[in-house]
Amino acid sequence: MNREQLAHRVLELVTAIAPDVEADSVIPGIAFRDQFDFDSMDTLNFAIALQREFGVDVPETDYAHLASLDQCVAYLAERLA
Amino acid sequence: MQTEFRLPALGADMEAGTIVEWHVAPGDRCKRGDVVAVVETDKGAIDVEVFVDGIVRELLVLPGTRVPVGTVLALLDTEAPAPAPEMVHSTSRARAGEDVGEAIQQRVKISPAARKRAQELHVDVVSLRGTGPEGAITVQDVERAGPSPQPSPANVGEGAAGMRAAIAAAMSRSKREIPHYYLTTTVDVSSAVDWLAAHNAAVPVTERLLLAALLLKAVALACRDHAGFSGFHRNGRYEESPVVHVGVAVALRGGGLVAPAIMDTATKPLAALMDEFRDVVARARAGRLRASELAAPTIILTSLGDSAVETVLPIIQPPQVAIVGAGAVAERPWIVAGRIVPRQVLTLSLGADHRVTDGRLGAHFLARIAALLANPSKL
Repeated sequence: MNREQLAHRVLELVTAIAPDVEADSVIPGIAFRDQFDFDSMDTLNFAIALQREFGVDVPETDYAHLASLDQCVAYLAERLA
Repeated sequence: MQTEFRLPALGADMEAGTIVEWHVAPGDRCKRGDVVAVVETDKGAIDVEVFVDGIVRELLVLPGTRVPVGTVLALLDTEAPAPAPEMVHSTSRARAGEDVGEAIQQRVKISPAARKRAQELHVDVVSLRGTGPEGAITVQDVERAGPSPQPSPANVGEGAAGMRAAIAAAMSRSKREIPHYYLTTTVDVSSAVDWLAAHNAAVPVTERLLLAALLLKAVALACRDHAGFSGFHRNGRYEESPVVHVGVAVALRGGGLVAPAIMDTATKPLAALMDEFRDVVARARAGRLRASELAAPTIILTSLGDSAVETVLPIIQPPQVAIVGAGAVAERPWIVAGRIVPRQVLTLSLGADHRVTDGRLGAHFLARIAALLANPSKL
């Protein structure tokens, strides 16, 4: 999976968690929290989705790396490498 | 005998709702608790359940119609006593009941924005094929389908503006009728925070807990220990609820909030409570709450833990008589055994009803919540 495919899949997971968010409105460089009030429940659901989708267990101490789409893709690319 | 199935009030100031879809047809058997209709309200699209076992005789209100609370929506034939479960399976009508179950399973996945757009364009969402995540119907899918030929008679009053009006009406009534008093206390929650971090590091991601789950449990247990905070004030008198159902205030991304109940909160282990909490938040945001969940809360917890807010002074939702608030956890200098040390602290608040309790009782109640939080492993 290349970087672009990874970003696309991550975005699908985000919009599944926040169904009221339209995928094309998400800005990759800005934190989800600042764009659409992604809260601690959303972050937990996101971590669960990443574990299911990619088999990557994101510890709570790494949640900061999931803040934006760009950060999340970079983090996952590293974990999956 | 014949029973009328009426549109229930799903909040103190709900006046009307629009039938979005029926999950049953005449001749179908339904059981108490089955979701039989989806109703668009100021609180989003709500799954409405029946409260009796019976067979649907007639549906009286067509989808798209806006009707006042209390309107008879359908007529049911009910039997007394209700047939035993094995009897149900052996009758041909039981099949209809099973089909209802399937219909609910296959019900439409649609974002609230798309549902609103569908209403504006009079698009029948049941006929659409979704292209969103897990086949959910998106705004684009609705717009592609365009307006359907028959205009719907009603599409006003719901949505964000409707929810804002409903919140305003309920809160105005609360401030008018309920003599509120407020108490706040800042407590050291370091042990709860540390316990959570250790717990969450040791379990699979699906079993991680949020601090709000601990707060929910602590509030529920404190309600069992202290009367006067979990119940309803109606017709001039207070009735304590025999079971504590803590409602959790969920902010919706489009604005507004709802407070569905985690049923029987006090008896549930944290893991089960967390699962239900997660489920109810997801459904609140997807607009898939059940009517019973909205009517059930005996007290509400509102947590602003994800913001930088220290203290929330919450307004009681009538006919309840108390609401507990929690601000964000923050690291602060704290004095422990005569020394200044950094600790994780949280400000708890209580809005309560002077018709039922006084500040002294409220102080005991709040102190009990704080004490329960200090021993997280016992929750």
